[in-house]
Amino acid sequence: MDILNNAIAGTLESSDAQVQVFPQSGKLSIYVESSVMNQYGRQIKKTAEETLAKLKVKEGKVVIIDKGALECTLKARIECAVFRSCGQSESNIPWEVL
Amino acid sequence: MKNAVGREIPDELLVNNKRVYSGKNQIDGQYEQKVGPKRRIGEKPRENKLVATLREACEKCGVHYGMTISFHSVFRNGDYVASMAVKTLVEELGVKDLNIAATSLGSAHDIIADYIEKGIVTGIQTSGVRGRIGEVISEGKLKTPAIIRSHGGRPRAIAAGEVTIDIAFIGASASDYYGNAAGIGGKNNSGVIGFAGPDAKYANHVIVVTDTLVPFPNLPAPINAMDVDYVVTVDEVGNPDKIATAEARMTQDPRELMMARNVADIIANTPYFKDGFSFQTGVGGPSLAVNRFLEEHMVKNNIQMGFALGGISNAMCQLQDKGLVKKILDTQCFDKPTIEHLAKHPDKHIEITTDEYANPSNQGAYVNKLDYVVLSALEIDTDFNVNVITGSDGVLRGAPGGHPDTAAGSKCCIIVTPLTRGRMATVCEKVVTVTTPGDTVDVLVTDYGTAVNPLRQDIIDCLDKAGIPHVTIESLKEKAYSLVGRPDDLEWEDKVIAVVEARDGSILDVVRRIKPVTLD
Repeated sequence: MDILNNAIAGTLESSDAQVQVFPQSGKLSIYVESSVMNQYGRQIKKTAEETLAKLKVKEGKVVIIDKGALECTLKARIECAVFRSCGQSESNIPWEVL
Repeated sequence: MKNAVGREIPDELLVNNKRVYSGKNQIDGQYEQKVGPKRRIGEKPRENKLVATLREACEKCGVHYGMTISFHSVFRNGDYVASMAVKTLVEELGVKDLNIAATSLGSAHDIIADYIEKGIVTGIQTSGVRGRIGEVISEGKLKTPAIIRSHGGRPRAIAAGEVTIDIAFIGASASDYYGNAAGIGGKNNSGVIGFAGPDAKYANHVIVVTDTLVPFPNLPAPINAMDVDYVVTVDEVGNPDKIATAEARMTQDPRELMMARNVADIIANTPYFKDGFSFQTGVGGPSLAVNRFLEEHMVKNNIQMGFALGGISNAMCQLQDKGLVKKILDTQCFDKPTIEHLAKHPDKHIEITTDEYANPSNQGAYVNKLDYVVLSALEIDTDFNVNVITGSDGVLRGAPGGHPDTAAGSKCCIIVTPLTRGRMATVCEKVVTVTTPGDTVDVLVTDYGTAVNPLRQDIIDCLDKAGIPHVTIESLKEKAYSLVGRPDDLEWEDKVIAVVEARDGSILDVVRRIKPVTLD
């Protein structure tokens, strides 16, 4: 799946995460900011990497501003941002890879 | 050296007879020398003790580099006096190396955080370290480690001479010109002023700061003119509207109400729940709500509370007005209705000092006559150790207050807290910092179940008999981690930024400087 346009999912409410994705060619970069960085920062990055790998996202810029979201929330926000970026959020959601 | 709660205490802190914590009741029966403060002799009759400015009062008491000053925190976030006094000493009198020994510090004292950053305030001894002060101390900007004491540990340390206060600044809602001072009878009332009791008795100099001068003699006066050097009037000593914060609210949250109901049910099914029982509750959402469910049990069983202790809120005053509470022994008024109630009912709503409340060294601390205490927690671990001083991220942002004192003194200490807060597991493997040792904590009530400390088989039997379900604390911890994931261990630098003293003066834990996680 390719990040074709800028897209956003999630909020900055407590226990949520806001995920923004931007097209970028040649590499995949992930930035994480979190209110629980000291305890979960590494896990958040790993979750992002795994979720993006599952969706076969190979390039793009992903910015996560986490406010203590549970892992399931985080995954859902990342997936949604990616789907929105390539126009697949209203139909064609690849449920089988989720 | 490892202490009784498994914490490694650096040897360099174990000087001048400082010991590591070795369990509860360790100093019982020993002797302790109380120190006497210096006092200026007041033989010659004086018309009054009024001084025009805070600066002049400080000069008359004598200021010097490295001096120690003290404050009470009864105005909580609405306190003006501490900032005013520190600013006078620093800006007008150029004092450096200032030590501050307060009952608590919070968001009203951001100016002190500035002076810590500038290296002017170099020592902090307090119960609470909330707001920016907690952050700058956590960043390692205070020259010496902060000393965190409970409300009982503080008067013990003061009386034992471990803290020598050069000047105590006592913000008082009303005072006469001789220094008979109180927290009621003024334009900005704090209610109780008992946090300042030990300071008045043991400081070398005492300055009463008030915004309402009343005719002599202002009696009854919790702060006695005998102990007061000077009286200064200012425009406002504090804002009582800011005493009640989000911490002291009556919850509407059904989850918190369920926990409160479960706490009340546990209390009603243990043997200390009988006519004349004693009770204290904190001001966290679910702990405060326990009052309301306890009332039902009291009415049903025709039981009256002998005394309610500690920080008092309107919920307790209302219980007393309904005839359900004989005496309220109040260390701190948590809202305006409580302040009014104190003023209106001097016969049954009684002000006490922190010394009377919780000092482990004296022979009459009320905490030792306490049947039940209901407290909240930032974290509790599988050894029942509680943390109320550092956040799960390792930053100072809380206050032991009377938590360790009431837990140790009471017959049944119940912690009530949600299992998780956001992504933070409240029930965890090891708390970041131990403020209340696990052997003083008896029951944990969460929204996912109740656990009883295995040390209290008697309480386990009571719950079983009453058909109240309970689980192990390990299973609660696992439940929490299954919801939020297992957190990474925090990483620390060697530098100790705060020392947590047990109420007996031994070292319970240290807080080191956190090494923030950065991702590449």
